[in-house]
Amino acid sequence: MRGPARPKWAVCVVAVVLAATACGGGGRVGGPNAVVRASWGDPQHPLEPANTNEVQGGKVLDMVFRGLKKYDPRTGAAQNWIADSITSPDQQNFTVKVKPGWKFSNGEPVTAHSFVDAWNYGALVTNKQLNSSFFSYIDGYQQVHPGTGNPTAKTMSGLAVKDDRTFTVRLSQKFSTWPDTLGYSAFYPLPRAFFTDHAGWLKKPVGDGPYEIDSYTRGTVMKLRRWDGYTGADKAKNGGVDLQVYTDSNTAYTDLQAGNLDLVDDIPTTQLRNVRKDLGARYINQPAGIIQTIAFPMYQPRWSGGDTQKVRQGISMAIDRASITSRIFRGTRTPATDWTSPVLGPHGGFKAGLCGAVCAYNPAEAKKLIQEGGGLPGGQMKIGYNADTGSHKVWVDAVCNSINNALGNDKACVGAPVGTFADFRNQITGKSETQPFRAGWQMDYPLIQDFLQPLYYTDGSSNDSHWSNTEFDRLVDRANAESDRARAVSEFQDAERILAQQVPAIPLWYQNGNAGYSANLTNVALNQFSVPVYNDITVS
Amino acid sequence: MPEQLDQPNGRTSTEAVGQAGAGGAMEFAATEAASIGQATGPSARARSLWSDAWHDLRRNPIFIVSALLILFLVLIAIWPQLIATGNPLACDINMSQLGPAPGHPFGFDTQGCDVYTRTVYGARASVTVGVCATAGAALLGSILGGFAGFFGGWWDALLSRISDIFFGIPIILGGLVFLSVVTNTTVWPVVGFIVLLGWPQIARIARGAVITAKQNDYVQAARALGAGPTRMLLRHIAPNAVAPVIVVATIALGTYISLEATLSFLGVGLKPPTVSWGIDISSASTQIRDAPHMLLWPAAALSVTVLAFIMLGDAVRDALDPKLR
Amino acid sequence: MGRYVIRRLLQMIPVFVGSTFLIFVMVYALGDPVAALFGERAPDPATAAQIRRDLYLDHPLWQQYTHYMAQIFQGNFGTAFTGQPVLELMGSAWPLTIRLTIVAIIVEAVIGVILGIITGLRRGRSVDTGVLVLTLIVVSIPTFVSGYVLQFLFGVKWGVVNPSVSPAASFDELALPGVVLALVSLAYVTRLTRTSIAENTRADYVRTAVAKGLPRRRVILRHLLRNSLIPVVTFIGTDIGALMGGAIVTERIFNIHGVGYQLYQGILRQNSPTVVGFVTILVIVFLVANLLVDLLYAVLDPRIRYA
Repeated sequence: MRGPARPKWAVCVVAVVLAATACGGGGRVGGPNAVVRASWGDPQHPLEPANTNEVQGGKVLDMVFRGLKKYDPRTGAAQNWIADSITSPDQQNFTVKVKPGWKFSNGEPVTAHSFVDAWNYGALVTNKQLNSSFFSYIDGYQQVHPGTGNPTAKTMSGLAVKDDRTFTVRLSQKFSTWPDTLGYSAFYPLPRAFFTDHAGWLKKPVGDGPYEIDSYTRGTVMKLRRWDGYTGADKAKNGGVDLQVYTDSNTAYTDLQAGNLDLVDDIPTTQLRNVRKDLGARYINQPAGIIQTIAFPMYQPRWSGGDTQKVRQGISMAIDRASITSRIFRGTRTPATDWTSPVLGPHGGFKAGLCGAVCAYNPAEAKKLIQEGGGLPGGQMKIGYNADTGSHKVWVDAVCNSINNALGNDKACVGAPVGTFADFRNQITGKSETQPFRAGWQMDYPLIQDFLQPLYYTDGSSNDSHWSNTEFDRLVDRANAESDRARAVSEFQDAERILAQQVPAIPLWYQNGNAGYSANLTNVALNQFSVPVYNDITVS
Repeated sequence: MPEQLDQPNGRTSTEAVGQAGAGGAMEFAATEAASIGQATGPSARARSLWSDAWHDLRRNPIFIVSALLILFLVLIAIWPQLIATGNPLACDINMSQLGPAPGHPFGFDTQGCDVYTRTVYGARASVTVGVCATAGAALLGSILGGFAGFFGGWWDALLSRISDIFFGIPIILGGLVFLSVVTNTTVWPVVGFIVLLGWPQIARIARGAVITAKQNDYVQAARALGAGPTRMLLRHIAPNAVAPVIVVATIALGTYISLEATLSFLGVGLKPPTVSWGIDISSASTQIRDAPHMLLWPAAALSVTVLAFIMLGDAVRDALDPKLR
Repeated sequence: MGRYVIRRLLQMIPVFVGSTFLIFVMVYALGDPVAALFGERAPDPATAAQIRRDLYLDHPLWQQYTHYMAQIFQGNFGTAFTGQPVLELMGSAWPLTIRLTIVAIIVEAVIGVILGIITGLRRGRSVDTGVLVLTLIVVSIPTFVSGYVLQFLFGVKWGVVNPSVSPAASFDELALPGVVLALVSLAYVTRLTRTSIAENTRADYVRTAVAKGLPRRRVILRHLLRNSLIPVVTFIGTDIGALMGGAIVTERIFNIHGVGYQLYQGILRQNSPTVVGFVTILVIVFLVANLLVDLLYAVLDPRIRYA
């Protein structure tokens, strides 16, 4: 399909060079004020920082807001951004100093109050913010967000404003890397307008980031424009971004090919085979902080008791990750050999091969281990997945075929689709899922802690296996209290080694971020959350 | 434009024309035909409508071809091993999407399964779903729709409004509600669901056809002669109202098999390890640019099946229509 | 006639109540929508309880239903989980879908009837067989396949049209999606017309008309077609609703934010205000379409009379 696509772009390029217009859809002129047309999905919740827990809404917040910290798009390192300094004598009490001169795009200054008010709003249970658990480390969270009943306080006692530029935070436990979590969108500051005219703010959110929202037609398009009053170092290098809502990533890709769109940040699996010939060098495939696993229902005795860890190890060894990632995902996934992500880097805690033989394909050993462990419970296993999003069927079937081939039984493993994500999540959180199920984790912030604690710590917020191991919990606690980063990382890795023995979840592969863009864009890159770094894009 | 509006087409004009049929409809039709002076057929034996139709069908090449084809499909559905020696569940990911190879004439699918074997084995589930769902929906729909059209009044209002509600239920919502609670992996829940959703369409058509047929002179005449409602419905109206139902039902057979594909695509249809054309079509459909052969064969099998049933339906319909004799 | 219409309109009331209740129960049966709001994270029990209380989900089913109906009669159709009022969603979705449906109906009626007449008059000829095979191919290819193929060919390869529909969704933009949507029904219309035509070619009134020496065109249009259209009209009438609600796949492929898309989102996210609101209007559309079809019967066939 190279023929039809190329000449059109060639014409486009010529047209742009000649400063002509009208190519593809609508007039396109390059330059610092030109607008990027990018694909988007409808955000699932109102666009409040502490209420946005999915990537599409997060995308907008990351353009409109800046927080205390910002993750470097390339290395993932948490850099002070609005924070002047965050200091702590004991890993539990922190003093935050805010840089002067920061403003919201409506002219309000960004002060210590902007953060403290926003965090108190996010934590208060009656505000129904989906990400309120991010504030649960702060002292006084129990009072504003009790498990049941009405809150006994409106604000968290652990937060105190010292002056316009300083506030202090007292945590309920030691957490040395806590400041590094502050780049997450739940911790963004909010202007007074958010509290005084909430409905108006929701229609057109106002933040302190490099872009401001020009217009927002819900479900259709959000037009973001460069905010010229922005004083941060990461000023937008284009005139703005039009985020266009697509019902289907395939359609967005087709529109990119037809020249109606400049940037697609979700290349559908079905186009991966063509993407190189369609786009050439304008295709990005780079690691992102996402890992896919198969989790076991550890609350089910038949999957957790006795020698069943041998069964779980055996299943892991029966999966031919290399073939599946190359044949089905065309290199947009990398076989996993630990439970974190390569984007953390070796210093951040990623350790290739930590999983050892358990994650290496070895069908003969797999069959032996499964037999030693008592065979598959009930003689057959299923892999649960939701069929409504994300084309999971194709890889679940491939994983099952791989297991079946290793065991020499064509019905040992079958996929078990569930109609909706909601139903799927209800089965898991209600512990009514009796079979292994797919699990995916996209990091909130680039820390090894985020790949381990929420997922495998006893009663962790995403511990879907409901696995519990006192030694693992102890090591995580110790790592969190450690002030030295290298020692903390190595203690987290010690905890991770317990996962390799017990295998409450099988690591499958690390997921890459994918994007494609048109010939008139340059400087397109994805950050470690697989979101394009919009402010760096230039349009020619 | 047509050259010969006034002549019945060649095939039927030389065929036998029932003359002294036992059924009232036949009598009327025959006299009608005779009065126009077209009926010059040789047959003199008294036959019922149905035996007459059968007599007709046996000589109809379209009927013979389609019946043989359907017989073949049914045989394959029962004993796929007759023509496929492989195992439809034996797949090697390293053969993913490869084209035809010796022993694998149709190539491989994304999972590296043999497309030929899966197409052959897929017949069982797909033909079962198509035939049973069509039969169920046609039966239920024509009975309810027929009653509604024939009796009119309250019956009609009630049945029509119930079918309105059924029409309003989105297939996907219905599928998620009814099929996601079923853990049974056989084809029967899917068949039941399609019948549940499919009958209103047939009922609507049957009702319309019965209302039209009811107005015909021979029906009025039969009524005037004192025929009871059962006799009128079965003898006079049904044979004349059956044509649109057969037409819609035979096409519906194809859409039902595709509907099974859509349901599988949504994760509520047939579940693995069941093999069906629908499952294969839906998983191949996203790969049309890369591996069209994955789509071609199951889709071709589906087309041929639908073709066979439409041809059969056409032949039966013609045979049942006395005016075409 | 007037009394008949009034009676039919009155019948809509129980159907309206029945269908809203049925759909409400069905969405309720899908389960608890709140857990999914938290994504891959386990729901925070306190926040989840707050959301349930706000959405009235902590009440028994019948109370939820009466609460919902009471809200509707006050003009409040509730809100989707994005915080957007359902009324606003309907206001943006319905015009798009109505335009798309009009295009699809025109395509299937015009092309279907023309093909039906041609094949009906030339039964058993090569034209007939050719059209039969063509319609069969169309029937056996699911919409998601024909949609993607036509979109790629016309939108990318030949660059004739835009592959996606802009938010304005003018009629010319909707031509391709309309064709895709109409394809499956096209086969029904063609076959139904063909059968009716073939049947009525031999009807006495046609023979009489021909015998009278009327021109062929007049015989076909005035006598043959008019009487052959009854089953076709029935089908198209019932198809209107199916097209509107069934456009889920087509709307998704062509990026049309219409009823099918909103309905699908509502179902996946188990948001009953969205689903019940949209389906209720769909049912009303069915009811009106059916009434019109029944009235058309009387126009097409003077023998049918409504008391």
